[in-house]
Amino acid sequence: MKLSEIVNILEATVLVGNDQLDKEITRGGAADLMSDILAGLSDKCIFLTGLTTIQAVRTALVADVSAVVFVRSKNPPQEVIELAKEQNVPVLISPYSMFVSCGRLHAKGITGLDGKT
Amino acid sequence: MTDLKKIFHVKGNDFTHAGEASVNIKNMLKSIGLDPKLIRRIGVCGYEGEMNMVMHGGDGTLSIEINTDKIILYLDDNGPGIEDLELAMKEGYSTAKDEYREMGFGAGMGLPNMKKNADEFTISSKVGRGTQVKMVFSLNH
Ligand SMILES: Nc1ncnc2c1ncn2[C@@H]1O[C@H](COP(=O)(O)OP(=O)(O)O)[C@@H](O)[C@H]1O
Ligand SMILES: [Mg+2]
Repeated sequence: MKLSEIVNILEATVLVGNDQLDKEITRGGAADLMSDILAGLSDKCIFLTGLTTIQAVRTALVADVSAVVFVRSKNPPQEVIELAKEQNVPVLISPYSMFVSCGRLHAKGITGLDGKT
Repeated sequence: MTDLKKIFHVKGNDFTHAGEASVNIKNMLKSIGLDPKLIRRIGVCGYEGEMNMVMHGGDGTLSIEINTDKIILYLDDNGPGIEDLELAMKEGYSTAKDEYREMGFGAGMGLPNMKKNADEFTISSKVGRGTQVKMVFSLNH
C-alpha cells in the first residue's frame, strides 16, 4: 500500500515526507531495540518505535527503511526532525500505542519484515 | 586495484555524531549506484561497528575501500580491547551500560549480525590496545 494509506490507517501526523506519500510499503517492523531492525533487513518497510532518538533515525537510514513511525504521540526533539528532513526519510507520529499501531497495520495486510503474516 | 578509500573518524561516547560515518558511507554507495541490498548490508555492518566503537571502543576510525571486485570496511580503535573474542561473538552477549540500553543498544547482536552480513569477517583485539575488524563484501554475485 502507499504511505498515504498508512497515514490514514494510523490517523498519523506527517512530520517529514509530505512529498513522499506515494511510496509503496509492504512490510513493517516494530522495536525499541535498534538491533532488531538492523537484523531484519527488508525493503519497502516501515519502522515503528517508541524511541524518538537521533539514533533511531540513523538506524532507519542505514537499514534503508522507507518511513519511521513514532508511536503514542511522542514528539521527537527538533534535531531528530532536522536529520530526517536533511536525509529525506519520512517521519510519522501515531497517536496509538505500539501494540495498537502494529495491529491496525497488520489487519490491513502489512506483513513482518520477513514477509510472514 | 583500489579505486577509492575514505577514512572517517569516530569519537568514543559521542552519541550526537554516532552513526554519521555509516550514514555518509550509505549515501556515498547510493550515489555510485550500488545494488540497494548490498548497500543495506554494508550500511548495517558499518553502523553496528561504529556504534560498538562509540559505546565500547572509544576513539577510532571507520574506513571504506572500494575496489573493482569488492568493498572493504575497516574498523580500528584504540579502546580497551576484548578479552574473550569467542564470547563477544555470541548472540546476546553484551557488556553495554544501562544508559546505552535505554537508547536501544546492547542487545548483543551487533558482532554476530556483522559476521552474518559480510562475505568475510575478521576481528582481532588486544586488551589495553584496541580492536580491529575487517569486513569484505564481494561485488561478484
Ligand atoms: N570495539 C570494541 N571495543 C571493546 N569491546 C567491544 C568492541 N566491540 C564489541 N565489544 C564487546 O563485545 C560485546 C558484544 O558486542 P555486540 O555483539 O556488538 O553487542 P552490543 O554492542 O549490543 O553489546 C560488547 O558488549 C563489548 O563487550
Ligand atoms: Mg554492538
